[in-house]
Amino acid sequence: MDAMDAIKATYFQECDELLASLEEGLLALETGDADGDTINAVFRAVHSVKGGAGAFGFDQMVEFAHVFETSLDAMRSGQLDPDPDVLKLMLRASDVLADHVAAAKGEGAVDEARAHAMALELAALTEEPGQVSGEESDAGDTGEADDWGFAPLKVDLEDAPTPWRLVMRPTAEMYAKGHEALLFLRELGRLGPLTADIDTSALPDLELLNPEASYLTWNIELGADVPETAIRDVFDFVGDDCPIELRRAESDVGTCESDDLPVVEATASTLAALLEAAQGPAVEASATQADVKGGAALPKGEAKGSGVAASGATIRVDLERVDRLIDLVGELVINQAMLAQRVTESEAASSTVSLGLDELEQLTRQIQDSVMAIRAQPVKSVFQRMPRLVREIAATTGKQVRLIMEGEGTEVDKTVIERLSDPITHMLRNAIDHGLESPEEREEAGKQAEGTVRLAALHRSGRIIIEVSDDGKGINRPRVREIAVKKGLIGADAALSDDEIDNLIFLPGFSTASAVSNISGRGVGMDVVKRSIQSLGGRISISSQPGKGSVFTLSLPLTLAVLDGMVISASGQTLVAPLTAIIETLRPKPADVRPLGPNGAVLAVRDAHVPLIDIGVALGLRTHPIDPTTGVVLLVESEGLGRTALVADEIQGQRQVVIKSLEANYQRVVGIAAATILGDGRVALILDVEACVEKRRNERQAILARAS
Amino acid sequence: MSDSESLDEHRELISFRIADQEFCLDIMAVREIRGWAPATPLPHSPPYVRGVINLRGAVLPILDLKGRLGLGPCEPSARSVIIVVHIGSRLVGLLVDAVSEILAADQSAIQPTPNVGCDTVGRFVRGIIAQEGRMISWIALDDIMPSEQIADAA
Repeated sequence: MDAMDAIKATYFQECDELLASLEEGLLALETGDADGDTINAVFRAVHSVKGGAGAFGFDQMVEFAHVFETSLDAMRSGQLDPDPDVLKLMLRASDVLADHVAAAKGEGAVDEARAHAMALELAALTEEPGQVSGEESDAGDTGEADDWGFAPLKVDLEDAPTPWRLVMRPTAEMYAKGHEALLFLRELGRLGPLTADIDTSALPDLELLNPEASYLTWNIELGADVPETAIRDVFDFVGDDCPIELRRAESDVGTCESDDLPVVEATASTLAALLEAAQGPAVEASATQADVKGGAALPKGEAKGSGVAASGATIRVDLERVDRLIDLVGELVINQAMLAQRVTESEAASSTVSLGLDELEQLTRQIQDSVMAIRAQPVKSVFQRMPRLVREIAATTGKQVRLIMEGEGTEVDKTVIERLSDPITHMLRNAIDHGLESPEEREEAGKQAEGTVRLAALHRSGRIIIEVSDDGKGINRPRVREIAVKKGLIGADAALSDDEIDNLIFLPGFSTASAVSNISGRGVGMDVVKRSIQSLGGRISISSQPGKGSVFTLSLPLTLAVLDGMVISASGQTLVAPLTAIIETLRPKPADVRPLGPNGAVLAVRDAHVPLIDIGVALGLRTHPIDPTTGVVLLVESEGLGRTALVADEIQGQRQVVIKSLEANYQRVVGIAAATILGDGRVALILDVEACVEKRRNERQAILARAS
Repeated sequence: MSDSESLDEHRELISFRIADQEFCLDIMAVREIRGWAPATPLPHSPPYVRGVINLRGAVLPILDLKGRLGLGPCEPSARSVIIVVHIGSRLVGLLVDAVSEILAADQSAIQPTPNVGCDTVGRFVRGIIAQEGRMISWIALDDIMPSEQIADAA
């Protein structure tokens, strides 16, 4: 990665954060939780995105961000009222900006028509109120100066252009960030003929002088017929750090108010000489701190500070380093286990040695937990994408939706975070599309027209729980039952509890919407969601109250780096079965094993008969199944097939194993989820129970198909 | 990469024996050489995939190069050697009978592979090197891994 790519990557990272704070700020404005800083933070977010985009030459993005920024600026200066309609538009504009960023990353394309329409809408916002404010100032209403110290601008279009009068007061922070007053003067000088007076009245005697403070003020007159924004753009990158006062010089007032100050004809070279003479200390200050990060870092920090409670000192670490550390600790755990096993085998273990080993084990566990905590991230990174999604679904379905998010700070391992997005997206789609009623239906039912969807995350007994609940109509149980019967998923006379009916929607091939909508019905049903959750060692369930709404509850392990497994053996191989997949283990009695068909066999478990699958055969380790009564049966539950009895030779025990990818150096293997390294240093494979069961079924179907 | 390779005048190669033939690999592709350790077999894999071993915490697939080159299955012994090579971003172990030596060859000494009407030769032999009356086949690693299994083959 060359330097430019690295900078670009940092920029995109910052963009993500800026876009998040932009959206957060706009939502805060919408709900009325905003304070004075919120609008500034929002403005700066767009501004910083634009600044970076300009530097990298993302012209389309700059263009759009500029229009967006202009309207936000109008809002900031009080010319534009932040009413709900305006904010909704701005939220949609932030979505378009996010699209631009994604397109710049190469992760998608911008809908140009939409972006253009949005830009026009935004531009329309600022044009109209702009005229209004012009009229106001004509009427003599000068308004009050806002907190930026800007006097409202009086625009008189009939008169010949009068020069701009500008007072520039750089603060010490501006120099500290490596900005330079000279550059602004130079930049202004490009706009037109410039006269600059330096006001040194605040400059103390040398012994009192703080070399890092800023004492100088410039009074500038710019004889250029340029719009106000052209001048403000010059100071774009410093914002608060260099307050300016800008007004049109009154024609009847002299060109310079303080005649006793030296007047300098401003050309770049004389200005430079002047600056060097007058500004020595400040220049030094800026030079010593020249390595301070540029403008982009500031708005981000402030935007965060205003939106989130202070989260203590943090550092930003390259993820690869953390991953490497986690790998190493995983190896340490394995090595510790190997050492313990060898000491036990050598029978040399005195009590002191085994005591030391126990302590070592505790320490390694603690190190592992602490290291995993480093990689833990709040689910916020996933949650913050959801408001946009909800807005879009609400717009497509014509429903009014309010999204409430709770527990955004709940932490979970990064490996899990990455996998949360899809299921949450799907559950939210489902809640809005199928759960919530249309505004009319809601009013008929005596509810608010606006539906509420709640997305919450919490920790419970070492797992993370994600809840998606809505206050919609709940599951239509008779309809669900009817569909399930029609599709042959259940018998017509099956006696099912309410809960069981609710959970029918997770069956493959089930879809309650009579027409396939373009939101939920993308050919992906809840069964796929359930399967992907299960492949992560998670569970999903639903509970519903007719007329009151439904709750989807998703429970996942806190990490995908380790797994609780049952160590088993099959035809000489040691394998690990994920504990979450196993319902129970048993040693079958000969009377319970019943042959079915030429090769098949079933096991009677209480009243049910479940098919028996030999793990060794399923994995191709042997050709003939062992007698189930000599082995052990793991009863597993799998999707669409109900329960299956997997036959293993024996169970060695339960243990937590570190998950190692097979795909990193090899490729996906059917029937195997991943690998791990056991205490003896050998690789053991982790079973993909679902795939084992399914593969056997497919093979049988293939055999049957050939036979018929 | 391949451009700069072809510009290289000198090339260092590591040679080894499989059956009675001599082969070699570009030394830059080799990460380490280690002794044989029993591998955990992988289900549903071609016979020349011996399985996976633990290489300091990484799961390393082991390919039986003899089987892969169509020279019959290899019976690993205590003297067998695993050459750990980079193939793209992957690390793969190649099981061979024994490593012989490191030899230097000029680009000009590498001759194109003669067409013997054998698919395997065309696929895995990049060129041959004649040195001191011996013929050493230079192995191309690009295609050595088995092709991805199609997930839902049924």
